Amino acid sequence: MAATSIGSPALAEPRPGRTRAQAIGAYCRRNPTLVVGLVLVLALLAIGLIGPVFVDVNNAVPTSTIPDQPPSSDLPLGSDDQGRDMLAVLVAGVPLTLRVGFIAGSVGLLIGIILGFLSGYQGGVVDTIVRMVVDTLLTVPGLLVLIIIANSIKGVIDINLMALVVASLAWMHPTRTIRAQVLSFRERAYVHMAKLSGMNGIEIIVRELIPNLLPYLAATFVGAVAGAVLASIGLEALGLGPQNEPTIGMTIYWSISFNALLRGLWWWWVPPIVIIVCLFTGLFMISAGLDEIANPRRRRAA
Amino acid sequence: MTTLLEARNLSRVFGSGPKANVALDHFSLTVDANASSFIAIAGESGSGKTTLARLLLGFDRPTSGEVLYRGRDMWKMPSRDWWQFRHEVQAIFQDPFEVFNPFYKVDHVLSVPISKFRLARSKADARSQIENALLAVGLRPEETLGRYPHQLSGGQRQRLTVARALLLQPRLIIADEPVSMVDASLRATILESLRKLHTDFGISFLYITHDLPTAYQICSNIIVLYRGSVAEVGDVDLVIKTPRHPYSQLLISSIPEPDVETRWDDDETLPSRSDVTLAPTRGCRFADRCPAVMPMCRETIPPLYHVDEKRAAACFLYRDLPVLLPTGEATPEAVV
Amino acid sequence: MTDEVLQIRDLRVYYHTPSGPVKAVDGIDFSLMRGERFGLVGESGSGKSTTAWAIMRMIKPPGVIESGTIRLGDTQLSRLSQPELRNVRLSEIAMVPQGAMNSLNPVMRVGDQILDGIRTHRNGSASRDLTERLKDLLSMVGLPPHVMNLYPHELSGGMKQRVCIAIAISLQPKVVIADEPTSALDVVVQRQIMQTLSNIQRRLGAAILLVGHDMGLMAKFVDRIGVMYGGKLVEVGSVRDIFLEPKHPYTQLLISSLPSLDAKGVLRGIPGTPPSLLTPPPGCVFHPRCPHVMPRCSIEVPDPRMAGAERWVACHLYT
Repeated sequence: MAATSIGSPALAEPRPGRTRAQAIGAYCRRNPTLVVGLVLVLALLAIGLIGPVFVDVNNAVPTSTIPDQPPSSDLPLGSDDQGRDMLAVLVAGVPLTLRVGFIAGSVGLLIGIILGFLSGYQGGVVDTIVRMVVDTLLTVPGLLVLIIIANSIKGVIDINLMALVVASLAWMHPTRTIRAQVLSFRERAYVHMAKLSGMNGIEIIVRELIPNLLPYLAATFVGAVAGAVLASIGLEALGLGPQNEPTIGMTIYWSISFNALLRGLWWWWVPPIVIIVCLFTGLFMISAGLDEIANPRRRRAA
Repeated sequence: MTTLLEARNLSRVFGSGPKANVALDHFSLTVDANASSFIAIAGESGSGKTTLARLLLGFDRPTSGEVLYRGRDMWKMPSRDWWQFRHEVQAIFQDPFEVFNPFYKVDHVLSVPISKFRLARSKADARSQIENALLAVGLRPEETLGRYPHQLSGGQRQRLTVARALLLQPRLIIADEPVSMVDASLRATILESLRKLHTDFGISFLYITHDLPTAYQICSNIIVLYRGSVAEVGDVDLVIKTPRHPYSQLLISSIPEPDVETRWDDDETLPSRSDVTLAPTRGCRFADRCPAVMPMCRETIPPLYHVDEKRAAACFLYRDLPVLLPTGEATPEAVV
Repeated sequence: MTDEVLQIRDLRVYYHTPSGPVKAVDGIDFSLMRGERFGLVGESGSGKSTTAWAIMRMIKPPGVIESGTIRLGDTQLSRLSQPELRNVRLSEIAMVPQGAMNSLNPVMRVGDQILDGIRTHRNGSASRDLTERLKDLLSMVGLPPHVMNLYPHELSGGMKQRVCIAIAISLQPKVVIADEPTSALDVVVQRQIMQTLSNIQRRLGAAILLVGHDMGLMAKFVDRIGVMYGGKLVEVGSVRDIFLEPKHPYTQLLISSLPSLDAKGVLRGIPGTPPSLLTPPPGCVFHPRCPHVMPRCSIEVPDPRMAGAERWVACHLYT
């Protein structure tokens, strides 16, 4: 039988007196993972946005203060070997790292949307070409390519260039994921209905498919950002990042170069790692929370 | 050009080589533009009826043969003609939930065609057209509009799709199992509303189904499909009451009629089981299940023989009778 | 009473949702006799599938068996613990659920799936005996022995459903519940499956509870019918009585809405919509759609009354 025997018509009545805000609030209670993840990531963003009010970010450059100082009331996170105030480094560096991830993730997603929808919806020759290119490029070891690229522009690299370098390899996975989703949604009856109603391909993609794919697109975006941040931190930790910026990755690089671990300067390498852990935990939880939205079983139960 | 839609030697094959599945085999059908007809396309799963619907609606391309809209090959038409085709040929699908995009309120499925086909002069005009269509199928606008699909029952949603079809005033509606996922008590109501569309507005219907009793009740002609070929075609009274093709006979005798006087006899020996193999056959596709099979049946595909004035069957049992048309082609118009 | 294999008394199954209790089954009584075929018929939302699951004590939360008794022979199923129920299931009472054929394990040979239940209940049977038992079961459901080595995807729909029936009868239960066993199958295959069921029934002497919505199928196959609507049993009687002389207005409307192959006529549906099980109408659950509604109907819930031999109707027209 089509309808479930709990009497879905019975449950179909809209709950009286429920506003959008109340519905969102109730959802947050049901999906704590998403909320916690968002809070974590937003907290990190806040460090960068609100931090400068309390901390002078000019102290994030070398020789701002006495070097090798452990945490104290003056320097809550101490100072590194070159005289940077570590707290200022964090406040200045976190937004830089996030920016790289966000730009690279956005570029990756945008290309992924265009190529994924195009090849998934159109099929045929276009699909075959895109698929072959993506599958081939995916087999290339990404980090290796990034290292080669980054090494050749070592002198002139800055944050934005870093983002583009990472973005160059961030679009393949989104393309594949989105294409797969489009393939599964393409044959839905409401897409046929839209064709019968006179809509053309682009209209169907934009008006019928994208709204239903928003959770998947959001999850893909989160994945792309996470991957981009990881790649950029990796490159920076190897010394291939922007040398003068106090990004998280560069901080780790400097702490390795100056043997912070062996010298007991824990306040140099611990804070960046804590930030990284928080960031990835937050991104992961957002992704897991979005998965719950995207799961069709959950959506129908409304 | 008085032919609205024509299938000419339409075939659709999935896969290739020994495992190829011939879903539809040289099927032909003509729907007249001026006279309105209510034709049933009946068959079990695997008969090709869903494939046929998809081909006729342009959702799939045929492997061979053509679908002609007003004389033009559908896949070679300019987009202006596609627009007109979409306006004149509409569909009602089986699943009353899947046809609605869960992101939008149900109004979306009504307002989009109005704007795309420019059916209304103003927003108010659109609104009143929508309300009239809903009332005509027995729905109350204040209870249906502004709701999301999951807030309505299956019966309400299906009636809404009928209202949408009415709104567009097409010449032909292809209804693919419109009531099989709807409760028994609502089935009759929805089918009656389809019949009303036919009698009041002259809309032709292709009623695709596996439910022969409902087909009998509302259609005038019927095409019985078996594994992609036409087994029997003609006036619905003749085909249902006195089936001539062995498959039609088997099909109709298996239908459980709500009649307690004749119960299913437990000792009755049924024809040998049908666990269908998809192996391609050279001759008649029913040969391996047919109680009246003859050697010639496995060699050649039987043409449609003109068994009665208003009915034809594709079976060599009637080989002494005149052939309706060359092998495989069937036009109810020619028969009726 | 010794001829009664299954007795349901005042069964209530409610689903406790955030909006309140959804009364899927709201106080039903019926009995199943030994070797009998009983058809529980109703549309979606009537509570028939919930009843079947309740009898098997397999209602999932937020559903709960609120009250009522389910007696299988001398055992009160409603009082047994889950371990005790596991002994009873399959060996005393078995079910072929809706969509069973699509729930077969795709990576296990069907022979092993049929034997699975037997092995669980009777540990340590010699494997030779098991193979013999398996061949016997397969032939009972009309399948050739080589099928035991096949995987589900190698079988047709009808064959898969036969495998599910074989699983259900593997321990010779006294009651077999079949929930829409043929809904996904062709009409021709349906006929064959129903014949298989009746053959089995004759051999095992089991009672069959057929749950479904196809009245035609009921007319051909079952001995007695219970009509469910809105969680209640509105009428129970022999299949002849129900079809030739339906007493409850819902039964009457349901039967007259069935399209026949005899003569063309106007198709009649039942006006209105199925009731909300969350906030059912007061009094008789059918009264908003009833052509014979009286003032009393919206106030008082009609109790089932006897209306002939082995005949019950819950309608104020008969009280």
